[in-house]
Amino acid sequence: MTDIGKTQALAVSGLDCFHGEVQVLYGLDLVLNKGEVLCLFGRNGAGKTTTLKAIMGLIPASAGSIRLGDQELTGLPAHEVPRAGVAYVPQGRRLFAEMTVAENIEIGLMARGKGKATRERVLDLFPLLRQRLRQRSGTLSGGEQQMLAMARALCLEPRVLLLDEPTEGLMPSMIAKIRETVSTLRELGVSTILVEQRVDAVLSVADRVSFIENGRNRETVDVEHLRADPSAVRRYVGVG
Amino acid sequence: MHFGPHLLLAALEGLVTSAVLALTALGLSLVFGVMRVVNVAHGEFFMLGAVLAWAISTAISGHPALGFLAALVIAPLIVGAIALIAERLVLRRLNYNPEATIVATIGMLYIIQQLALTFYGPEARPVEPPFSYRILLPWFGYSGYKLSVIAASALLLITTWLVLTRTKIGLIMRATQYDSETAQAFGIPVDRVYGGVFALGAMLAAIAAVLIVPISQAHYLMGQDPLLLSFIVVIIGGLGSLRGTVVAAVLIGLSDGIISMFFSPTLAKIIATLLVAMVLVFRPQGLFGTASR
Repeated sequence: MTDIGKTQALAVSGLDCFHGEVQVLYGLDLVLNKGEVLCLFGRNGAGKTTTLKAIMGLIPASAGSIRLGDQELTGLPAHEVPRAGVAYVPQGRRLFAEMTVAENIEIGLMARGKGKATRERVLDLFPLLRQRLRQRSGTLSGGEQQMLAMARALCLEPRVLLLDEPTEGLMPSMIAKIRETVSTLRELGVSTILVEQRVDAVLSVADRVSFIENGRNRETVDVEHLRADPSAVRRYVGVG
Repeated sequence: MHFGPHLLLAALEGLVTSAVLALTALGLSLVFGVMRVVNVAHGEFFMLGAVLAWAISTAISGHPALGFLAALVIAPLIVGAIALIAERLVLRRLNYNPEATIVATIGMLYIIQQLALTFYGPEARPVEPPFSYRILLPWFGYSGYKLSVIAASALLLITTWLVLTRTKIGLIMRATQYDSETAQAFGIPVDRVYGGVFALGAMLAAIAAVLIVPISQAHYLMGQDPLLLSFIVVIIGGLGSLRGTVVAAVLIGLSDGIISMFFSPTLAKIIATLLVAMVLVFRPQGLFGTASR
């Protein structure tokens, strides 16, 4: 079991996970430092989304440990994990499409009993959503939906934020907005794990990058190292 | 009697059926909408409500209204508790698997039915209405109790709608209905929501039964028709849609009342079943349901 240091926000060690009979994660190790953006990078099916879902308790860990600060998350019921301070923005956003923007935000606030002050702070980060509060979230544009998904998660005032491909399918202006928000959150002290397929996005917002391959963390490198030696990206995902 | 008053009488009878049906079907619809469980035992919770109403009203002496009011409060609570225990012992252990829960609720249907036969018996037993006021219309007199059933059902349906759309509990139930995994990722204890919804669905059926039992008597096989009609209503209205359930219940109840009076009850059932077949062919998600989620 990893002995989590004072600078570590989240530590995953020796994590095994299965999808039915198929093993997806093989003893995966991961450390997220406080206030950093750690990017999980790898091919489709490498186990990135499974890692995030396992941290959220949505997929049970069959072995290993997940610690948030001093708290062991492994074995907690899934609904207790967000209450501990981990927020999740799933791939494809997974908004409650039949609900209004305001109701989606309310769901986020309810998770940790946050109130109006949190709501206002979050809406200040995404002012566009203020004008859409009564609109059904399923009718928002893709970019607006992504903003709402992030706003809903930030309503938890999380210690750790998990973002699963937030820029997928968005136009460049929205991608820039998402990157800007991730950078702002880092300044606010939120530790973030970002699953991202776009190399430019990784290089622009991440502090460190973990290369996930076949359910294992092959290597974790500083982003400066990656900028200087893009061959690592090519080595693991064949792009760059 | 002339055609107009005859039609009015048929429509009033149909509205009583609609009122009871809407409550029963709403329970079934909520359980399917939120949990994706097709509860084949739903009619037995209806029957239990009626049987318990008879037992409670018989046990309490004095004015019939006392026994009826006690039954209206206690019977749904007991039925809700039984449903909650069944959910914990059976459905949760099956991980709410859609196919397995159908088989399990068929089993629950027979167990509840046979227990009722064993302890309550095969007789149909009446429950006295809380009052026997008749409203005199120019053409005929009509039971004030039956009109109060319509009013009580409307009140309960409006209350349910307000709870679902205006309260935190409603927000939690809807979030679980739309996406249970994401709901968990936002701190919603989905297992507890499922337990509550299953109990609530059974309680709605039990309330409907308590309301109707002074009109139709309690019997251990009385759950079959409400189950069939509830399925018809939720398929036509759209599973999980409160608005669809109410509209379909009024449609089926009125057509049942009117066609039964002017033609025959069998024809009314044939038409309702044909309507279901047409909805399944031309609009499988129901009149107010969404195509997929």
